[in-house]
Formats: sequence, structure tokens, C-alpha cells
Amino acid sequence: MFVFLLKRAAQAIGIVLVVAFLSFVMFQFVGDPIEGMISENATQQERDELRESLGLNDGVIVQYTRFVKNMAQGNFGISYYNKSDVLSLIIERLPATLELVFVAVVISLVVGILLGVWSAYSRNGLMKNTVQILSLVGVSLPSFVAGILLIVVFSVWLKWLPSHGRGEIVEFGYWSSGLLTLSGLKAVLLPAISLSLFMITMIMRLLKSEIQETMRADYIRFAKARGISERSIKYKHVLKNSILPVVTIIGLQVGGLIAFAVVTETIFQWPGMGLLFIQAVNYVDIPVISAYLVIVAIMFVVINTFVDLIYLLVDPRIKVS
Amino acid sequence: MDDKQVILSVKGLCLEFSHRKGAIKALRDISFDMCQGEILGVVGESGAGKSLTGSAIMGLLDDSAAITAGEIVYQGQRIDNLDDASRQALRGKEISAIFQDPLTSLNPVLTIEEQLTETILTHLPLSQSEALEKAIALLEEVGIAQAAERIKQYPHQFSGGMRQRIVIALALCVDPFIVIADEPTTALDVSVQSQVLQLLKRLCKQHGTTVMLVTHDMGVIAEVCDRVAVMYAGEVVEIGKVHDIVKHPQHPYTVGLMDSIPRIGVRKKRLSQISGSMPRLTELPCGCKFHPRCQFKQFGCDTTTPCLKQTTTTAVACLRDISIEEHI
Ligand SMILES: Nc1ncnc2c1ncn2[C@@H]1O[C@H](COP(=O)(O)OP(=O)(O)O)[C@@H](O)[C@H]1O
Ligand SMILES: [Mg+2]
Repeated sequence: MFVFLLKRAAQAIGIVLVVAFLSFVMFQFVGDPIEGMISENATQQERDELRESLGLNDGVIVQYTRFVKNMAQGNFGISYYNKSDVLSLIIERLPATLELVFVAVVISLVVGILLGVWSAYSRNGLMKNTVQILSLVGVSLPSFVAGILLIVVFSVWLKWLPSHGRGEIVEFGYWSSGLLTLSGLKAVLLPAISLSLFMITMIMRLLKSEIQETMRADYIRFAKARGISERSIKYKHVLKNSILPVVTIIGLQVGGLIAFAVVTETIFQWPGMGLLFIQAVNYVDIPVISAYLVIVAIMFVVINTFVDLIYLLVDPRIKVS
Repeated sequence: MDDKQVILSVKGLCLEFSHRKGAIKALRDISFDMCQGEILGVVGESGAGKSLTGSAIMGLLDDSAAITAGEIVYQGQRIDNLDDASRQALRGKEISAIFQDPLTSLNPVLTIEEQLTETILTHLPLSQSEALEKAIALLEEVGIAQAAERIKQYPHQFSGGMRQRIVIALALCVDPFIVIADEPTTALDVSVQSQVLQLLKRLCKQHGTTVMLVTHDMGVIAEVCDRVAVMYAGEVVEIGKVHDIVKHPQHPYTVGLMDSIPRIGVRKKRLSQISGSMPRLTELPCGCKFHPRCQFKQFGCDTTTPCLKQTTTTAVACLRDISIEEHI
């Protein structure tokens, strides 16, 4: 177990260093930050001084080392655009994104698993086909179209749910939560649904095909031959085997959801990291962009490690070596 | 037939698969009896319909298969037309099964304990701890050392032979009257095949369990069976006591099968191997299904389908009336 975690940590550091390098390269080649930071009629000398003070004249290796060292100390630099510390900017926005993703994952798990199990076992052909077609739509509908449709229906026509913002939030030190107030819960619903559509259909289709495949396994036939009840066969013997691949997909997808949240947050004006990132892209605010990339990479790695750990716990066949 | 009591009989069973190009008649007019406590061997090439017959008795046929004629009678009661619930109540408790591959017969994510106790509790009114006790005793009976500890393990922690012993324990855990063992040793190492077979035989003889032992290994038949049914292309072509089938086979196909048993120290005049292969179900010949491969075929074999007829020794489905031994 310890060795496994150690290996994972080494991998994680490697991945984060590569991402850090890419974002560092971006610093070097995308635009000139000086242009954005200084008034248009500044003298050449003022520009040079700023360049020197930002360390932009040092060698590439020196700059990269400094970049990584700073990052490791949580120092991602100063935003070019609003001149404040990048890390605190992101940390301020982090809870909104994480809560959005969390709600989206919960919705996709509950709905995806229920639909998957139902469509695998149901004998109602018409309903099954309808769900199947809807799921195709769910997979192929671009996230922004789904988001806009949701807004049109539930905010504009029915006026049930707000179309943007986080509603009332409650602060706890570094964390701010919108999940404790009614308006916050209402506000998170539409963006979370829009974000979860893809994952719901993924889980549903995967689980359905896994269940159908497991139903044909020899050990299910043998369980039937021993007279095990149909209910136990369906919900214990089959489901326990079918859920494992779903765990992996969910794990891989949670990272994807954080990335996808950029689009959702833009549509619903959700004040999370994704919105911050899109604004940063607009202003070529490279410290923010690169910090976002590095932090998302770290989250990806951490989540995947968690999924592997869960897998270890759930599947007795995997031995830690 | 013996004076023993018949526990299960299959009467004129016909089974078809619905197929895009029409129906495939996979079993045609299968009839045989199983007597209390005997081990009935069922032999034949693969594709002969042995497993299908077993599945039909278990009530575990695919949705695409349908019984079109005949009946299966268990202890005087017809069971092939029972509803799903009554059928399920029979499975495991009265009629159980063992399948070919021990590596895939056990659920990989449930411990041996979970699988055994669940099966026991499904059929017997015991408490959890009594069921566990019984499960451990069963494992010891099938030869698993340190059963009390090993019962907590998962299937992948056991070898193939051990897993088949566990499968046997699972199939026999509530003392069924009949066990259908479909090639229980085919997938095992040769070195453990005989041990597992002897274990099965010993347990069934002890408990008076009736066994239908499906195999395509004539050596296995000679070793453990009381009676043998020989199947060919969806039909039973010969059935009788193991001694008669092995020593005085009547059907040309059985003769060919017997000839494939290697025997040490026995010199006998060798018949040539059966040439050709079993026809596909979609291209069955008219008349006797074996006649294209038969070296004793005579006038009429290609037009008349023979029925099982009792001779002084075995019952055989062949038009010829002279025994083959006279031919040789
Ligand atoms: N689901 C199915 N659809 C069509 N044909 C089948 C199906 N299952 C089995 N068969 C056919 O039934 C015949 C008998 O199969 P089986 O009982 O498995 O033979 P074996 O004697 O080797 O156990 C085979 O020819 C096989 O092709
Ligand atoms: Mg078979």
C-alpha cells in the first residue's frame, strides 16, 4: 500500500512538472505581458525596468527553476490584469467550482445508475427505446446548447430556477458554500444538471452494457442453477460485478468535469475557477492561466489516485504489489 | 431397466432454436430415465446436444430455445411446463448443476463464504451462524484444508482443482436429489481430473444423489458411471449399462467411440476410426443421422429414421439387426 502511494506520488509530481513546463512555455511565447501591464505611453526605460523586476531577462532554465520553486511554495505570481495574488484569486473561486462539480457528480451517479439498472432489466420496449434515444441526444448535444435550453425552459419560461449566479452563500473561513441555503441550492441545480448530462448518459450506457454482459457469465448461470433468487442475482451478484468499470469511468470523468466546468460556468455566469480562467484568457493573463492549468492537473492526479484506492477496496482480485 | 425407482424421466423431448432462417431442431425425440442413486453418463461429440439436454432439465434454456414436444417428469410430476417461480424453487434444492469451467463458475467479487451461506440460506431455515458452520463442514468434506480460514477468501485465491471442489460443495450444499454435472473435469489439469471425479462419485454415492454426468471422455464413463447414454446430432442413439456399452456396443457410432479408449494390455481387432465429422444441425441428412459416416450402412438407412429398440443388452437406434461383433 505504502509503495503504491509512493509510486503514485512520483507519477503525480512528474505529471505536474510537465504541465508546469507547458504553462511556462506559454509565458515565453504568448504575447508580451509588459504590454498589458503598462500604460501605452510609458518610456522604453520604464518598460525595461519592469521587465527586469519581473525577471523576464534571465535565462530560460533559471526562469523555469524559479517558476517551479515559486509554485511549490504556493506562489503563482501576480495577476497581470487585476494585480492581486493569483493563488488567493483561485482559492477564492475554488469552492464554487468544486461544489458545482460535486453536485453534478452526485446527480450523474444517482440518475445514471438508476437509469442504467432500469434499462438493463426493464422489459418495456417502448420506454427503453425512448431512453436510449434520449441518451444518444445526451451524449451528442454540446454542453452549451444543453445549458441554454435549460435556461430557456426553466428560467425564462417556467421561471422556476435562476439562470445565473450562486445564490446566497455562507462563508466558513476559506470555504464559501452555496449548498446550505435554498437560493444557493436552486442556483446550483441548472448548471449542475447541464454539467452532468454527459456523465449521466455515459454511466447509464456503460452500466447497462456491463449488466447485460455479466448476466451471461458462467457464475450467474451457476448461481441460477443453485436456486439463488432472481432479486439477489440481479442486485447483488450482477451489480457488484458491473459497477467496477463504472467506478473507473466516474473517476476519469470527474477530472473532465472540472475542465468542462469552464463552459458551464461561462453560460451560467457561475463564479468559479472556470469563469476566472475564461476571463484570464480574454486578457492574456498568463499567471492566472498557468496557475489554473497546474492546479487542475494536480486535481486530476489526486482524483485518479483516489479512484485507484477505491478500486483496491472494491475489487478483491487486485493485489497491491 | 433396473428394478430401481425412476426419479427423472425425459420423454420424447424435442427442442428448437428460432433462427432467422427458420427453426433449428437441436434435440429430437430424446428419451431416457434416471434411476434413484445412479450415475448416468451422457457421451457424444461436442455439439451433440448434451449440454442442451442438461439445461432443459434445469430449466435454464436461452430465450431463443423452445421445447416443442415431449415432457420432463421429476418424481411423478411434469416440470417442463412449470412457471418460473416453481422452477426456481426446484433448482439447487432438488436438482442442481455443476458446469465445466471452475475458473468462471464462481462469482469473483463474493467470498466463498458469501456464496455458500447464501445458497444454504436460500433453501434451509438456518441462522447465519448455523449456515456458516455447515458451509465450513462442507468445504472440509470436499477436501479444502483450513476451511474455517479459507472460507473468507475469494475464488481467485484458489487453484482450478480447488475451485471445482468448491463448486461441488456449492452444488451439493443442500443435498439435492439430482446433480447435472456438465463436463466437470474437462477444464482441469489431467493430474487432478481423476481426484475431482472420484470426490464427486464418493459424495453422490454417500448421499444417494442421482447424477447425470456429461462428458466426451469415454475413459471417465468407464471409471465412474452405472449407465450410459450415447448422443449423436441431437438424438440418443444408444443407452444401457456401462458394462454392456463398453463390452458389447451395438450402435456403430458407440463402437467407434469405444474404440477410442486407450486400454493397456488389451489387444483387440481395431475398427477403423469414424471418418468425417458430425453434420451441422442445419444440414442434417435424411434417415439415420449417422449413416453418411457409418461403415455398416445398408439399404434404407438413408430414408428411415430408426427409433430406440431394446435388445438383450442395450437399447439402440439402428436399423441393422445383426450385432456388430458378428460382423468383425
Ligand atoms: N443459442 C443457440 N442458438 C442456436 N443453436 C444453438 C444454441 N445453443 C446451442 N446450439 C446448438 O445446439 C447444439 C447442441 O449444443 P450443446 O448441447 O451445447 O452440445 P454439447 O453436446 O457439446 O454440450 C449445437 O449444435 C449448438 O450449435
Ligand atoms: Mg457441452
